[in-house]
Amino acid sequence: MKDTHSITGAAHTDRNHDSAIKHVTGRADYTDDIAQPEGTLHAYLGVSDVAHATLNGMDLSAVLAYPGVVGVLTAEDIPGVNDISPTGLNDEPVFPTDKIQFHGQPLFAVVAETRDAARRAAELARIDCAPLQHALDPIAAQEAGYPHVTAPLKLERGDVDTAFAGTANRITGRMAIGGQDHMYLEGHIAFAIPGEDDDVIVHCSTQHPSEAQHMVAHVLGVPSNAVVVNVRRMGGGFGGKESQMNLFCAVAAIAAKKYGRAVKIRPDRDQDMTATGKRHDFVVDYDVAFDDAGRIEAVGGTFAARCGFSADLSGPVTDRALFHADNAYFYPHVRLTSRPMKTNTVSNTAFRGFGGPQGVIVAERMIEEIAYATGQDPLDVRKANFYGGEGRNLTPYHQEVDDNIFDRLVSELEDSAAYRQRRKDIVAFNETSPVLKKGIALTPVKFGISFTATWYNQAGALVHVYNDGSIHLNHGGTEMGQGLNTKVAQVVAEAFQVNFERIKITKTTTEKVPNTSATAASSGTDLNGMAALNAVEQIKERLVAFAADHWGVAAELVRFAANQVHIGDLTLTFDAFIKQAYLARVQLSAAGFYKTPKIHWDREKGQGRPFYYYAYGAACSEVTIDTLTGEYRVERTDILHDVGRSLNPALDKGQVEGAFIQGMGWLTTEELWWDDAGRLRTHAPSTYKIPLASDRPRVFNVKLADWSENRELTIKRSKAVGEPPFMLGISVFEALSMAVASVADYKRCPRLDAPATPERVLMAVARMRDGG
Amino acid sequence: MTHRTDIRFILNGTEMSVPDVAASQTLLDYLRLNRRLTGTKEGCAEGDCGACTVLVGRLTDTGLVYAPVNACIRFLASVDGCHVVTVEHLSGADGRLHPVQQAMIDHHGSQCGFCTPGFVMSLYALWMQTPEPTEAQVETAVQGNLCRCTGYEPIIRAAVAVSRYGTPASDHLTTERETMTARLQSLQSDERLVSGPEDDLSVIPSSVDDLADCLLAYPDATIVAGATDVGLWVTKFMRNIGPAIFTAHLNALKTIDHQDTTLLIGAGASYTDCQDALSRHLPHLSRYWDRIAGWQVRNMGTVGGNIANGSPIGDTPPVLIALGAEIVLRRGNARRTIALEKFFVDYGKQDRAPGEFVETIRIPIPGPNTLNAAYKISKRRDEDISSVAVGIQITVEDGRITQSRIAFGGMAATPKRAVAAEDALQGQIWSADVFDAAAKALAEDFAPLSDWRASAEYRMLSAQNLLRRFFLEQDVATTAAVQLETA
Repeated sequence: MKDTHSITGAAHTDRNHDSAIKHVTGRADYTDDIAQPEGTLHAYLGVSDVAHATLNGMDLSAVLAYPGVVGVLTAEDIPGVNDISPTGLNDEPVFPTDKIQFHGQPLFAVVAETRDAARRAAELARIDCAPLQHALDPIAAQEAGYPHVTAPLKLERGDVDTAFAGTANRITGRMAIGGQDHMYLEGHIAFAIPGEDDDVIVHCSTQHPSEAQHMVAHVLGVPSNAVVVNVRRMGGGFGGKESQMNLFCAVAAIAAKKYGRAVKIRPDRDQDMTATGKRHDFVVDYDVAFDDAGRIEAVGGTFAARCGFSADLSGPVTDRALFHADNAYFYPHVRLTSRPMKTNTVSNTAFRGFGGPQGVIVAERMIEEIAYATGQDPLDVRKANFYGGEGRNLTPYHQEVDDNIFDRLVSELEDSAAYRQRRKDIVAFNETSPVLKKGIALTPVKFGISFTATWYNQAGALVHVYNDGSIHLNHGGTEMGQGLNTKVAQVVAEAFQVNFERIKITKTTTEKVPNTSATAASSGTDLNGMAALNAVEQIKERLVAFAADHWGVAAELVRFAANQVHIGDLTLTFDAFIKQAYLARVQLSAAGFYKTPKIHWDREKGQGRPFYYYAYGAACSEVTIDTLTGEYRVERTDILHDVGRSLNPALDKGQVEGAFIQGMGWLTTEELWWDDAGRLRTHAPSTYKIPLASDRPRVFNVKLADWSENRELTIKRSKAVGEPPFMLGISVFEALSMAVASVADYKRCPRLDAPATPERVLMAVARMRDGG
Repeated sequence: MTHRTDIRFILNGTEMSVPDVAASQTLLDYLRLNRRLTGTKEGCAEGDCGACTVLVGRLTDTGLVYAPVNACIRFLASVDGCHVVTVEHLSGADGRLHPVQQAMIDHHGSQCGFCTPGFVMSLYALWMQTPEPTEAQVETAVQGNLCRCTGYEPIIRAAVAVSRYGTPASDHLTTERETMTARLQSLQSDERLVSGPEDDLSVIPSSVDDLADCLLAYPDATIVAGATDVGLWVTKFMRNIGPAIFTAHLNALKTIDHQDTTLLIGAGASYTDCQDALSRHLPHLSRYWDRIAGWQVRNMGTVGGNIANGSPIGDTPPVLIALGAEIVLRRGNARRTIALEKFFVDYGKQDRAPGEFVETIRIPIPGPNTLNAAYKISKRRDEDISSVAVGIQITVEDGRITQSRIAFGGMAATPKRAVAAEDALQGQIWSADVFDAAAKALAEDFAPLSDWRASAEYRMLSAQNLLRRFFLEQDVATTAAVQLETA
């Protein structure tokens, strides 16, 4: 550990992911890599093969008779409450007792000596059930009179009906927006080790260890203090492991306690994709009024979502869709309603953006509609409707947009991407190119940062300084690849003014920090960075008081600088100083805490300040389509994205690039397809196609808006980065739309549904040519 | 007859001898569960994500060749006589990171890290073959590797930079090449191997003649060449494939040769093995070939297997039927040759008798008057199964179409010729109208299905348009204007 004049891994510097070496050598341990105790058993889920039925009984004798099977778990084996609903609605059993509600629903678990035996045995169950009618999508569900899974939200401002009545131009339309599978490379997994009394330790891959802990306690009927949940790292999460791991943790823990042996459960990819939730698909009916110049006067929207059989997180997801249905634009009069529909499909869940992308894309669809109707460049319509100016800053949920940077952000990107000239060239190209057509679009995103469940906006951390000067860092956030641990350690290194290497990053565990929130809503660094900083400040305060007292100097003269501590004229190395503090019996450990200030939200009224601040970004994408087959290629994308004052520009840029590609995938090749029986047929990478390296834009320029600084007092004035750039993928979708519109001389909005697979593109071209 | 019973291979540096290997035992489970080499990950267990990528080195007619393959759908028995290299073998004895690893770190090529060992292995193989690749070569090399975090950009940057960190000449697989060749030679045997439990027997024939004998002895055996399809029977359908006869080691079944105007491809030749011959004799298939699965699967999968499994959506049958290919089937010492299109009797039914195997594919090399094309439509351009695939061969003499062969995949229960469309072209003057008529005639040839890959309407419309595209492409003036990937 070489001490120099500046520290390694300071805040605002590029720093490799803390596990990079372990990643590339294969030495990073994921849950499935942890050495297993002697006698570890393996569980596997047995699932339904009908979408909706009355469950009369299960004959599991053949399962039990299979060689290697130790036992089965059904609802009767649950010692506590048969429920893993994350919001406490009691609508999601571990195993159902009377009704099957979707194709692929877990009905029981087999526990066997090997995973192979458990998998094979799970196929042998005979399920006695009486099929019922099923509804798979939100429209079918509405027609069948299905209920909402959770209370809908209404956001309203202004006088909507009058505004619509008095308008010259009005367009109504419907947009279908597909869902998305997370396709994290590491699937779900939980590994439970029983202990004495009620104790159980669960290693798993969850974004929400505290919830997993509470759920395991809940199903075991024991207090939370008996359950420890550990997460060192996940092989990707993206929201798919926020609540969905509860099932696997519950099954592993119940089995471990029942058999007194360690139990691991890992579904294969197909079961992972069929038995766990995804991004919600939406069908949105929109209604927009605007003046002749294309300025919006009123907006109406009904957002019906496929929620699946239970609520899970559908309430806050559909809420967030409404919160983002304005995107960058001021709606003078607005009424937005959510319809979180129950369907006979797997219960949908969190996914990067959490409903926000489905809201944003509808705002952009309305912009497109106006642009084609008024014969303008969509970018001009966008600009005409941006928030900003007298009386044009209030969102549909009555929060003031007071940190808007669109003018600078968008004009910089417009210039650096040469948008205007390229658009001109593309229009000219399309006139003379009979088969290939090009499109270009520059789309903005504004994304609200904070959990809308206000109590989630809290975090804890635990920092120990050992008497050799080494530092142990723990916080409530989980590492899923985003570099959270690296960034938080940078904050700690900066605050103590010590080298990054001195800080030991450890697994997230409910033993060290209790009652944590999910690592979600892009908030990981904002919350946990602040909590860790708070812990460091507490320790430093004690150290400063000790130094001032011990060496008789004023507290202001005690300074931490580059692995040293200056006390008046005296300089000690950090190690030597810590040793002195230890000998003087200074407490060298602290629990830090943080809660986001200023936010509040009244859901009944649809008013408040749900977001602490907004993150902004914009992307410009160019595509070429083949009007014979609908195939396409993304030629170029330019991105300018706002992360405030970046804690780690290299990692933030990685988040922006990755989120863009994932967002593009959502809107292009990633298609979820259920057959009429309710069976998901795109259930593994062979059938579900996420982007490949060759799908990324041929030219890809990504830049952080390095001049931006968070106006609020966030950690080092940075901004959250996980979700906002996901929506930059919408630029690809809109560029495809323009290319399609070219075949009818840009006179009509092509109304592409998402995802814009080659098939949808070709069919839209055919529709435009037919005048439909 | 005496048989060997132990599978022998070299795992990283160590010679392994494993008795009693069930046919359905996968290499990945063996590595992770039996050897606790947990750097190799399971992402999908179907050969699509690449997280399980390892290198398999095998002695071929041209020496020791390493190729990245998917350990998840590779069977342990099939690595008999091979060198298996996992990510744990990359760092030197001194613990120093490999150039590929260091490049990945320096370019922030990992985020969650779960796909990373697989990428490292694919990039390692690429660097050994092409130390200074272009971006396009990197993209082709990692078609079989999914990353959900990075968006690939930093991985590509790392891949093109690897040569700045070291050269393949100093890599230990290069420096130890002779030693390793000798070690592998000592593992080769001319004795048949039979291993594993009665109900899941592994059989490794000692030669192609022995393969014919094995098939007579076990007429209902599963023939496992690349295992890129059969692997899924185990990992997805949990079927035992035994008795299984493994053929990937039979170099004599991989020969690629030509007699006069016929290209002869051994049924065991992998897609990768065929690439050189295709670019020489059938250049219109070069780019099409690169869109078959990912690199790992192209290294394992065989043309013979793609034909023999009878899938209606296999990539090679339509283009080979259009070329007028024949296959040679062998049973014992008896051989028969049939037109490839006759092999596909019905969905799931092929003209192959018990004990019979595809030995050779015979492809007439197109004459100078023929125009040839191969197209594939899929939801994602690379590493996807086709919704529609077509091979087209048209002979034009004096401006008149004298012969046409058009075969589609994805349009019917088997790969099938478009007879009505061919008739619409036959004898006609080369013109857009004629191709339009042929396109319309496809409606008489096919009534495609709707499924998760494509709707019936899209299949029909894009199939028709592919004939129109073929016409446009032949005219120099419009060629570039219809090709999305001319850049």
